Amino acid sequence: MDAPPPLLQIEGLTRTYGRRIGCKDVSFSLWPGEILGVVGESGSGKSTLLNCLSAKLEPTAGRVLYTDRHGRAIDVWAASEPERRMLMRTDWGIVHQNPRDGLRMGVSAGANIGERLMAVGERHYGGIRREAETWMRRVEMDLDRIDDAPFTFSGGMQQRLQIARNLVSKPRLVFMDEPTGGLDVSVQARLLDLLRGLVTDLGLSAVIVTHDLAVTRLLAHRMIVMRRGEVVEAGLTDQVLDDPQHPYTQLLVSSILHP
Amino acid sequence: MTNAMREPLAGYNFAYLDEQMKRSIRRAILKAVAVPGYQVPFGSREMPLPYGWGTGGIQVTASIIGAEDVLKVIDQGADDTTNAVSIRQFFARTTGVATTERTAEATIIQTRHRIPERPLGPGQIIVYQVPIPEPLRWVEARETETRKMHALQEYGVMHVKLYEDIARFGCINTSYNYPVLVNGRYLMAPSPIPKFDNPKMDRNPALQLFGAGREKRIYAVPPFTSVKSLDFEDYPFDVQHWDHCCALCGAADSYLDEVVTDDRGGRMFVCSDTDYCGERRTAGHVGAGTPVALAAEAAE
Repeated sequence: MDAPPPLLQIEGLTRTYGRRIGCKDVSFSLWPGEILGVVGESGSGKSTLLNCLSAKLEPTAGRVLYTDRHGRAIDVWAASEPERRMLMRTDWGIVHQNPRDGLRMGVSAGANIGERLMAVGERHYGGIRREAETWMRRVEMDLDRIDDAPFTFSGGMQQRLQIARNLVSKPRLVFMDEPTGGLDVSVQARLLDLLRGLVTDLGLSAVIVTHDLAVTRLLAHRMIVMRRGEVVEAGLTDQVLDDPQHPYTQLLVSSILHP
Repeated sequence: MTNAMREPLAGYNFAYLDEQMKRSIRRAILKAVAVPGYQVPFGSREMPLPYGWGTGGIQVTASIIGAEDVLKVIDQGADDTTNAVSIRQFFARTTGVATTERTAEATIIQTRHRIPERPLGPGQIIVYQVPIPEPLRWVEARETETRKMHALQEYGVMHVKLYEDIARFGCINTSYNYPVLVNGRYLMAPSPIPKFDNPKMDRNPALQLFGAGREKRIYAVPPFTSVKSLDFEDYPFDVQHWDHCCALCGAADSYLDEVVTDDRGGRMFVCSDTDYCGERRTAGHVGAGTPVALAAEAAE
């Protein structure tokens, strides 16, 4: 059987800030429908890596190859800027750690969800509205909040709105930076549940950056562990978490509290 | 109505600005005409009046005005408001050109907030005073980003504003500075004219120039260029309508101002374009005249 090509292929990705290293020589592949967790302590280069992958920060060296809907391989950083921005708006979704970075705080929830549709040329108000309502329901938000601005929402709702806003354009690949950061435990659990459901329903691929191993355990199929900008361990999630090989991963796993 | 030419003020260059400055502005205008709707940066100068009073429009007018021109200046459609009078006087004194209040007689019309009701003809130039030239400023505060959005024609977000209007008010409530797409390419702020005037910009035989003094931008719509107002398929673009005719001239097709006439709710609707209204009255048109009393309406 012919295996489909990987959705995302990272080859020797390096980003330095002057003499400081952001991330160094990172390589991996992401397959369709797969969720990859990136874990590591603060300052280990997780966010630098994510920004390089999601076309927000140009890497110093290395390549990011993306296979689009038509099976074409696109070298993300060699592609033209319009092409890259088009990818970011259509095929990709980016869920930021801080909803303020990912949402328009001043415009209504409906407009936030509809923005991507309008960006790709949807010009029917009723259609946009219906789609927004569908997505409000899918992320379990009350429909009567559709005309309220996100700054009136709780942190958990803002995060769910951000997810709806990204998924409305039916992306194939979603980048998430600490999607549950700053939320309390019960809200985290519900959000994770929601994410797991959506990802399975839509057959999404995702790269999730987090320092919370529980998130990785729940969502990710495979994971990589980063330290000081380098990947120290990679493998299946259960394998890495249950039988960590690298001393740093062992430290990381053993530092979780088990209530 | 037309005031004849007279000697320009001694000690000043023709039209206040020096010749090099006028040339540099004309170069910006040429580029703006060549790329309809594109905002061309220019070296805006200090003018003898504050920013926000029409310094951009004045600099554009100063750079294109010649001794043979006839100038009309309007503010909110009227020729006799402070801003219009002082700008007209400024050019009368620094150039000595003839000025007029008649739309038909003018070769250059500098305007704030209105396009005259009488259709403009070929050879006429209308100069708009623009406070904020960037239509995307509301959605994106960074200039570097808005320029990129213009370059890549990423205008979808402009519809977010219109969506918000419909979600909140049930219709597109933006009533002035209504965003337009020029020549199918550049998104443009038509300056704070009412959307009532937007259709007049489309394929207008006159040259339309826009000057923003504080923001240092010039843009243009050449004659017979398409200017399309943004809208949704199910909420098409529409202009303002009134239940009244002009109380003075009876016009039903002009933009009306509501004028409060007393402190008992009396008000009347009159043409905002004073020249248009005056011409109609001279031609024998008469409006209902009396103020529409709110009290009388309530009694019905």
